Amino acid sequence: MTDATLHDGQPAPRKSSLHQLDALTKKRNAAESRFKAYGIVAILIGLFFLVVLTVTIVRSGIPAFTQTVVAVEFTLTQEQFDDAESKLMKTGAYQDYFIAAMEGKLAERGIEMDFDPAAIERLLGKIGSNLREHYRANPGDLGRPVSFELSASSRVDGYFNGRVTRDTLVESRFLMLSDLDLVDALSDAGLLKQAFNWNFITGADSGVDNPGGAGIGASVVGSFFMMLVVLVLSLPIGVAASIYLEEFAPKNRFTDLIEVNISNLAAVPSIVFGILGLAVFIQFMHLPQSAPLVGGLVLTLMTLPTIIISTRASLKAVPPSIRDAALGVGASKMQAVFHHVLPLAMPGILTGTIIGLAQALGETAPLLLIGMVGFVARGYPDGFLDGFVEPNSAMPAQIYTWAARSDVAFYDKAWGGIIVLLVFLLAMNFVAIVLRRRFERRW
Amino acid sequence: MTFKMTASALAIAAVSATAAAARDNVQVAGSSTVLPYASIVAEVFGDNTDFPTPVVESGGSSAGLKRFCEGVGENTIDVANASRQIRPAEVEACAANGVTDIIEVRIGYDGIVFASQQTGPAFAAFEPADIYNAIGAKVMKDGALVDNTYATWADFNADLPAVEVAMFIPGTKHGTREVFEEKVLLPGCEATGAMAAMIAGGMSEDDAEDACLDVRTDGKSVDIDGDYTETLARIDANPNGIGVFGLAFFENNQDKLKVATMSGVAPSTESIATGEYPVSRPLFFYVKKAHIGVIPGLKEFAQFFVSDELAGPTGPLANYGLVSDPELAAVQQIVADEVTLSSGM
Repeated sequence: MTDATLHDGQPAPRKSSLHQLDALTKKRNAAESRFKAYGIVAILIGLFFLVVLTVTIVRSGIPAFTQTVVAVEFTLTQEQFDDAESKLMKTGAYQDYFIAAMEGKLAERGIEMDFDPAAIERLLGKIGSNLREHYRANPGDLGRPVSFELSASSRVDGYFNGRVTRDTLVESRFLMLSDLDLVDALSDAGLLKQAFNWNFITGADSGVDNPGGAGIGASVVGSFFMMLVVLVLSLPIGVAASIYLEEFAPKNRFTDLIEVNISNLAAVPSIVFGILGLAVFIQFMHLPQSAPLVGGLVLTLMTLPTIIISTRASLKAVPPSIRDAALGVGASKMQAVFHHVLPLAMPGILTGTIIGLAQALGETAPLLLIGMVGFVARGYPDGFLDGFVEPNSAMPAQIYTWAARSDVAFYDKAWGGIIVLLVFLLAMNFVAIVLRRRFERRW
Repeated sequence: MTFKMTASALAIAAVSATAAAARDNVQVAGSSTVLPYASIVAEVFGDNTDFPTPVVESGGSSAGLKRFCEGVGENTIDVANASRQIRPAEVEACAANGVTDIIEVRIGYDGIVFASQQTGPAFAAFEPADIYNAIGAKVMKDGALVDNTYATWADFNADLPAVEVAMFIPGTKHGTREVFEEKVLLPGCEATGAMAAMIAGGMSEDDAEDACLDVRTDGKSVDIDGDYTETLARIDANPNGIGVFGLAFFENNQDKLKVATMSGVAPSTESIATGEYPVSRPLFFYVKKAHIGVIPGLKEFAQFFVSDELAGPTGPLANYGLVSDPELAAVQQIVADEVTLSSGM
């Protein structure tokens, strides 16, 4: 810099040095560090909510995985079996026999307490169907003692995990204060204990009066079949459409129109696809109601735009030099695309697909209209193909249904269901990451 | 390779779905009030018979009946649950689509209760007039019909706590709203003299009845379009809130809610069965007769639903909160004989 003081009368040129921070530079630097701070704060806020969410989900969901069980030995005679099977309400008859046997068992154990069959009934969950299932599957067990672990009622469960306390309990036909004394006595005698709730992971939905019997397994299977339909349909269709649009289609009004429509389709609320599914797949094509096949078809419509948009973006990201080189050594356009461009775009396509699938996995709204939300407790499908057409629910639908039920025990189940849903999602993402690693290439 | 196999398997599944004509499970939809009972029956039905567990959907009485009336065939539902009787217009809509033989089955009664936070202010007794004064759009004040500006319950009834009015009532898509209007708002409107004042002011009787059902829109009365769990959440957050619940829901949540009497009667299965408690309604389901014999287990399901073991006073439905129908035997006969609406009337 020249010395500016030499020239009088003229405004002195600005004095500045790279070694000395002037006001403007300071301001710019401050702005930059402020911006960085904002970014860090934003990330911290995000992390904070993530932690809160995870902790809440895990804490609220854990009770769903354990359950209070009544562990007793029980003998059912052939006559009792025949008698129960002859009734209309067979499961009720089994339950009555069990309660009678348990009364005897309590007297035997020397539990001196006032109780009646009604009290025992209040403590037990709906156990009749477990008993009936067992004896129908194992007729050989008739007439000899079998040890059972049968679920206790949701209120007893709540008493053990702190949801129900002696202070807050309002006596009702569901649970009396005196019942809690019996619960304590049973617990001391080792007849009541905590066990892992396998039924929650493997079972199907249960009636509103039977939270102990509710499981998410069947709806996991339902979600699985839906995702299979979505994957098998939307990936090939989506990739084929984007390759055509990106690599082969002429640029004209018509393809522009298609492009705009695809972008718009990605923003259509999912319930609209549900109505479409009801009108087209069920009412017009007569596909079965409440079937994962229809759910999958509806979700395919929803997922397609996501996959097309991300596939086109990743095809665009492949350098033109790759195409030129392939064409240059004599490859046909199709060879250039399938041998060179597509493999390089694969990681991006997989990412898009997994985002689309994850979105579809968590979707409830369209399922409302095709009959997958409600009480769907068919259990597991009879075979692989039946899995597509037999009525089933899906995980988010199941969670939604549980959250709306009046017995608070179902609320725990809903949280537990969220954990299972997240695990399913993580597993899906894991597969995608492994695949992406395998396809990843550098140029 | 594996990919191709799944693809072809899927294609086969799609074909077999259209080919496999016979749906083997009963398909039910309708009222969210009846849903819990229907789901209990569906589970027990699946456990106790060799038929598959029926699928029960929710969605509201009107939506259920609409789907019910879409026609006859396996892609339509077999049973519609309703928390009110089918309307003549719906019967006509059904008939227009070929659904002519409808069996009406009354499963019992449901009470509608007014409950507040267990530890909140002492709301112990209501009259329909109190509810109307709290949330009606136009109320009587000093002998004149004015816009409702009552801020606290004590403003119009000194026996009630002097806390802010905050009511959570079922939204208009619920069948419960209809009962609430008919059994609480309308009598309340008459009892406070608001209706007489409206008619004196030049309204026809029908217009006055409609005007009686208008609720204030200043935020003191909130429509809940979701389930009772949403109402419960609102009450949890607002100690002064009064919510409208089904009896079964209240009984399941007695540790959080306390109930108020209506016209001096406490709601209970007994007081509802005898008709003493004023705010109750019958619950129904409707069976498509044309599907009996086509859909396996349909008639058995209907019979199972109203059997003494389930819908009787000691059955699981009553245990959950349904008020058992004193004329259950007659209902069982209707189902057994497949008496349809037209032939029955």
